[in-house]
Amino acid sequence: MRIFDPHIHMSSRTTDDYEAMYAAGVRALVEPSFWLGQPRTSVGSFVDYFDALTGWERFRASQFGIRHHCAVALNPKEANDARCREVLAELPRFLRRESVVAIGETGYDSMTAEEDEVLEAHLALGVEHRLPVIVHTPHRDKKYGTRRTLEVIAESGIEPGLVVLDHLNEVTIEMVKESGAWMGFSIYPDTKMDPHRMVALLQRYGTERVLVNSAADWGRSDPLLTAKTGAAMLDAGFDAADVDRVLWQNPVEFFAQSGRLDLTPLPGFALANAPETFSGNSVRRGGADATVPAVPEAAR
Amino acid sequence: MTATDGMEARYRDGDTEQRIAVLEDLNRHAYDGALADDEREAGLGLVRDALRANDPRLVSAAMGAFAGRHLGDHDWRHGVMKLVFMEVPLTTVDRLVDRRDAELSRMAADLAEEREAAGRPVPDDLRSLLPPVGAAREEGR
Ligand SMILES: [Zn+2]
Repeated sequence: MRIFDPHIHMSSRTTDDYEAMYAAGVRALVEPSFWLGQPRTSVGSFVDYFDALTGWERFRASQFGIRHHCAVALNPKEANDARCREVLAELPRFLRRESVVAIGETGYDSMTAEEDEVLEAHLALGVEHRLPVIVHTPHRDKKYGTRRTLEVIAESGIEPGLVVLDHLNEVTIEMVKESGAWMGFSIYPDTKMDPHRMVALLQRYGTERVLVNSAADWGRSDPLLTAKTGAAMLDAGFDAADVDRVLWQNPVEFFAQSGRLDLTPLPGFALANAPETFSGNSVRRGGADATVPAVPEAAR
Repeated sequence: MTATDGMEARYRDGDTEQRIAVLEDLNRHAYDGALADDEREAGLGLVRDALRANDPRLVSAAMGAFAGRHLGDHDWRHGVMKLVFMEVPLTTVDRLVDRRDAELSRMAADLAEEREAAGRPVPDDLRSLLPPVGAAREEGR
């Protein structure tokens, strides 16, 4: 199983996580910029954070055989703080970096006028720089917030295929599918979405334009939930090619729109298994390689 | 010297416990007329800041008497829903009974729909915000 995690906050995670992710098949990921749990109070701390994502964190991932890319943005919560708003003017110079493959995460938190303006500004940057945009859908008032997000996307003139709406669920999937945007699902240990609910959605709505991520961060989360979802898909009768489509080809297709994805294996590391290696009648069911977070060799 | 002298600086320079103490000061003076207009505006800025936090102690202090009296409906409703997400009992919310309205019930009903679609339980506090069964949505009181 080869895995591309399209939304994970690795700067909040340990090297043990990188090792376990590699062992489970993760070979590439996108780390969107987000809220650090504690409000930032100046533009400088954003600029240093973006430098860390495109510098140190990318290097840290490479030591464990994982290609790290990131997305930059002013997150929805801090969009409400005038002291942070000025970072919008700093974004274009980061959007030119080769390691930056998208804008995000942007979107709504409390659905304020400030969040409206900042979401519109990010979508305009997506149009201008021809970059994918990762849009977070709000936890409170999700249904209304998702509908409003789709309206703002339609008004912005951005091509829907350049946008993913993330943290979707049973109630919001349909409207996003109809809009032509990509559908992102964050698989969490207990809240937003779990592997079995995800499988039920894939059975009902298909695998097209679906992205599955762990959204692991400093909260209770699990960076191996992408692999566990792949295993749950196999258990439910999907074949290895379906799993590869959802966990690898779809995110590759989405972020390749940036023209910047680098998916060559890092020196000293192997490609994860593409489905050919266990295709036909020798498909491995149960995803044994996915559920065992073994840490075979230190990659330092 | 006023009731909330240096309040903003105390909040910005304080750790979480000191920030909570500032919010409690605001709550204490919500009804006694001790707050000048500019202090009330500054207080609202601090309450909004606290409502963005992920620490339930800050969010619940921010939803006390000061917010109950002065915070606008939109932000106040989001504060209530945030406490539901944090599983903080809504008894902490000032004036919940007076201020709950049809829009808050609509938000609660949408969340209950999501929870049910996910096969997850609907907590009692969320249930208490739902539109009253049978009665039409008319609780704009
Ligand atoms: Zn995130």
